[in-house]
Amino acid sequence: MKLTLSKSRTKVNTKAKKQSIWSEYKKHKLLLLMLLPGLIWYLIFYYGPLYGIQIAFKNYRIADGITGSEWVGLDHFIRMFSTDGFTEILGNTLIISFYHILFGFTAPIILALLLNEIRSNVFKRVSQSISYLPHFFSWVILGGILDVLLSPTNGVVNHLIQLIGLDPIYFLGDPKYFRFTLVTSAIWKEIGWGTIIYLAALSSVDSHLYEAAIVDGANRWKQTLHITIPSIMPVIAILFILRIGNILDAGFDQVLNLYNPAVYSVGDIIDTYVYRVGINGMQYSYTTAVGLFKNVVGFTMILIANYAIKKSGQEGLF
Amino acid sequence: MTVGEKVFQVFLIVFIVFLCVMMLYPFIHMLAVSFSTPTEAIRPGLHLFPLEFSLDAYKNAFSSNQIWVGFGNTIFRTVVGTILALVFMSLTAYPLSKKYLPHRTFFTLLIVFTMFFQGGLIPTYLLIKEVGLMDSRLVYVLAPPFFISTFSLLILRNFFMQIPAELEESAKMDGASDIKILFSIILPLSKPILATVGLWMAVNQWNSWFDGLLYIQDTDKMVLQTYLRRLVIENNTQEMQAMMDQTGGQDVVPESIKAATIMLATIPILVVYPFLQKYFTKGIFIGSVKG
Repeated sequence: MKLTLSKSRTKVNTKAKKQSIWSEYKKHKLLLLMLLPGLIWYLIFYYGPLYGIQIAFKNYRIADGITGSEWVGLDHFIRMFSTDGFTEILGNTLIISFYHILFGFTAPIILALLLNEIRSNVFKRVSQSISYLPHFFSWVILGGILDVLLSPTNGVVNHLIQLIGLDPIYFLGDPKYFRFTLVTSAIWKEIGWGTIIYLAALSSVDSHLYEAAIVDGANRWKQTLHITIPSIMPVIAILFILRIGNILDAGFDQVLNLYNPAVYSVGDIIDTYVYRVGINGMQYSYTTAVGLFKNVVGFTMILIANYAIKKSGQEGLF
Repeated sequence: MTVGEKVFQVFLIVFIVFLCVMMLYPFIHMLAVSFSTPTEAIRPGLHLFPLEFSLDAYKNAFSSNQIWVGFGNTIFRTVVGTILALVFMSLTAYPLSKKYLPHRTFFTLLIVFTMFFQGGLIPTYLLIKEVGLMDSRLVYVLAPPFFISTFSLLILRNFFMQIPAELEESAKMDGASDIKILFSIILPLSKPILATVGLWMAVNQWNSWFDGLLYIQDTDKMVLQTYLRRLVIENNTQEMQAMMDQTGGQDVVPESIKAATIMLATIPILVVYPFLQKYFTKGIFIGSVKG
């Protein structure tokens, strides 16, 4: 008797729960309808490819489609790690990305601190506007420009280099200089734009802190060290997490527009490799495996970096 | 100011001026070369203005059919793509900004997850094929990273969340539906942020070249940047020759043609840049406050 009673009670409860969920849906059905197109778009264009990732474990043939292609397990991954070519690619990616982080991540912070010290508002605003300029152009445009400026025959940079007595440098064709060119031109492009978020953080620092520090006799440098930098640490931390998550992103757009076969040995990165071998070479399954490897590493890195930063006391991303 | 601080200020100004010159010079150089005669265009050294002036490179560029085709497609994708994006990002961000949306967290996570993990180039390429967008201009406005930018979506959502609930409540009491509220109340209040997000989308559309390379074969559908890449990066001799043949090939060199075509893609941005300055950067301020 008792058992049946409780059964019917849970039946009533779940029925009531179901009804309330449906009534919630009905109540906000227009809202959900508004969400629907975007949601469907994400499902098709982001989760669709996620479904297609499985071909990394198959031998994808167009005729067989994704489901019809046969499973080959970890074959592609084994091939990946036993090819010398891939080790070189991975090395290039890590080294270039490391330089990008070491110099490219820190440069906007330093520039932001410097811009913050400018007394004249007009000068500050004008120089900021100018510094954002290269950010708004594609690497096709900038690549074309760099090709001209860095030309070993009639480029202006080499002209100046030769004026001081040195030999012309093949910035884009010499493996010794290619990575330097990549990192420096990337900084040139993004340093201005990168300062925006730091300047926003700097503008919200309580001026009373500075006043108190001046009373205590701290000069501008000490103020920077003990007030300014700690106050933008949370922003730096979050952006650093995101950057580390992209550690295997060495700048596909830039490299594809600046590289050439002469510098593949130092400049070919995972993404350009996937593009060449995957799209042009049509080795779909293999390069999907390479791409999957990259994404998994990236995702793991974000989780690790987020954890590490939270452990150190800062607020993480999640 | 102490002596040390004065010295620092001097160095600071010198450094910043140097930086600004570095940012501007490349564009000045290209502008000068684009207006140069062949001998002047290939002269090594500084180019601040053309020592020998010529409009021939631009004459060539303007008489090239492919340039106009490129412009047309680029303008199409910039205008249509931006409008589409603003409409659908608003439609998607608004429900996500309402705390009472059923399964709100689930939907938000579903969308944000795509920022951290994706299928990759090949699976996306195969999907575009599958969906029938290959060699279609629609791929310019429907495929990621366009249509909806997750980053901009979050910024919009956060902005909507900060709009006082009373406005919505009083409209609801007057019987307004969610869609009406969005379009008559929320969006008019969101003009600054919509301008910023729209501008980001427009600039990205204007600069986009890779999807054209990947998905489009029909040269009639090629955008300016993809054509530019063939001319300037891939050093496609066929295209260059076709370009130079426009005026008998005597009065131009590849250097001045390249400069002229680069400037054609660059000048529109340079022209609108000073006027839209504040919109470009404001968004980050708004986004970073509660990012």
